[in-house]
Amino acid sequence: MLMALATRTDRRPSTIRTLWDSSVGKKTVMAVTGLIMLGYLVAHMAGNLKIFFGPGDFNGYAHWLRTMGEPVLHYEWALWIVRFVLLAAVILHAVSAAQLSRRDIKARPVKYVHKRPRASYATRTMRWGGIILALFIVWHILDLTTGTVHAGDFQHGQAYQNVVGTFSTWYGNTIYIVAMVALGLHIQHGFWSAAQTLGAGSRNRDRLLKTVANVLALVLTLGFIAVPVAVMTGLVS
Amino acid sequence: MKLTLRVWRQKNADEPGAMSTYQVDDISQDMSFLEMLDTLNEELTLKGEDPVAFDHDCREGICGACSLVINGDAHGPERTTTCQLHMRSFSDGDTIDIEPWRASAFPVIKDLVVDRTAFDRVIQSGGYISAPTGTAPEAHATPVPKPDADYAFENAECIGCGACVAACPNGSAMLFTAAKVSHLNVLPQGAPERESRVLDMVATMDAEGFGGCTLAGECATACPKGIPLFSITNMNKEWLRATRKSGKR
Ligand code: HEM
Ligand code: SF4
Ligand code: FES
Repeated sequence: MLMALATRTDRRPSTIRTLWDSSVGKKTVMAVTGLIMLGYLVAHMAGNLKIFFGPGDFNGYAHWLRTMGEPVLHYEWALWIVRFVLLAAVILHAVSAAQLSRRDIKARPVKYVHKRPRASYATRTMRWGGIILALFIVWHILDLTTGTVHAGDFQHGQAYQNVVGTFSTWYGNTIYIVAMVALGLHIQHGFWSAAQTLGAGSRNRDRLLKTVANVLALVLTLGFIAVPVAVMTGLVS
Repeated sequence: MKLTLRVWRQKNADEPGAMSTYQVDDISQDMSFLEMLDTLNEELTLKGEDPVAFDHDCREGICGACSLVINGDAHGPERTTTCQLHMRSFSDGDTIDIEPWRASAFPVIKDLVVDRTAFDRVIQSGGYISAPTGTAPEAHATPVPKPDADYAFENAECIGCGACVAACPNGSAMLFTAAKVSHLNVLPQGAPERESRVLDMVATMDAEGFGGCTLAGECATACPKGIPLFSITNMNKEWLRATRKSGKR
């Protein structure tokens, strides 16, 4: 079939520009960065469970995180690469979230007089949950990576003792558990949502994607919470 | 049946509006929702008051002109258009809240009538195919696989009513735009503009001030034509494909 098409003379902007300027593109940035962080969190949660094997294993593991990649890489290089990728991911994710949220709120300035419940809890709490997670990430790094706001006496290289210190305070436990519940909810909607954003969802695959989202949310939340619960019950001390 | 109606009244685009309360008696269960409003308007006219302005045209569920958010639901409690909603879905003595579509891309013109021309501009930017005019082409010249034809038809059912935008917490037009993109992009007739269509329609949708998609799913629940939420997934896929392809040129 031969068709006469108008010849386009305007050039399209670069791929990066197209992505960043479009609501669909920015959502793609959120999906990709969200999945990067999710992948990291699965590894992080599994690593944390080494605490149940005692201080020797756990501190040894913390030390290995610094030597991994050697001798190809120098001491701590792999760790710094991971940190850099995560920092980029969290910044891109948060900036996109803020910009998209502002756009969404502007697009619906007048609320309906007749209210009725909308969407699921996990869906409605993505923004507040995200803010809780952002605050948590800052506190968590200042607490257990730099030791700046640590409750007891923080010692580099003594990860086990530092963790026990944090979860020996009521506020340490509270902040952590609230954040991990927020994380579970965020992932429950986020994982399925990212699949739709990236065009991977379909009618046939929906049940599978929802199941994986639920399992990931549950395993991560429970896996992370296992550590403060173990300290509180004296299983880890 | 006797009903209490709380209706959004607004003189024009510039003046603020408010809910006004009206009583209507003698409403039959067999009336459509719009006929019920006609009854109210006859009474208002007889009293010398300004009748309630609302959009309607075909009154048979195919044109997409009727709107109304009824008790918080776009097109009311049944999954159909307001013109096809019947008063048997309500009970004697009910209070019914009637509001216009709410979205900054759909400003209120008067009472329950909103300006939906933003949809027209989204369509103009890519919701067409380029085909020579003249006699109709031979029907068998371009074979279309049955699953593709079904998929196109499912999406072609969109009547452009805007209920999806009204129901969306972000005032997003993703379901509408996705229905158009999915309908045309799967067909061979739509192939020449496959990339420019999705890129331009999404860009116009953004420029018109519609919100983004947070996959809350309210649109697909409200849609009277059952456009599936996965049409949005498909449009995302088409958009990413087009972005990748046009980036290489
Ligand atoms: C800085 C903290 C964070 C903020 C402010 C934030 C905020 C948000 C917001 C507002 C959304 C969009 C929700 C919607 O579509 O309604 C979202 C989606 C998402 N978030 Fe986060 N989030 C944060 C951290 C995380 C973390 C740590 C993960 C890792 C598991 C994550 C994974 C995701 C995923 C996978 C999505 C779905 C993306 C999509 O719908 O395509 N987020 N986030
Ligand atoms: S997608 Fe459904 S709700 Fe949206 S405009 Fe089309 S028919 Fe109306
Ligand atoms: S008036 Fe045409 S669809 Fe309702």
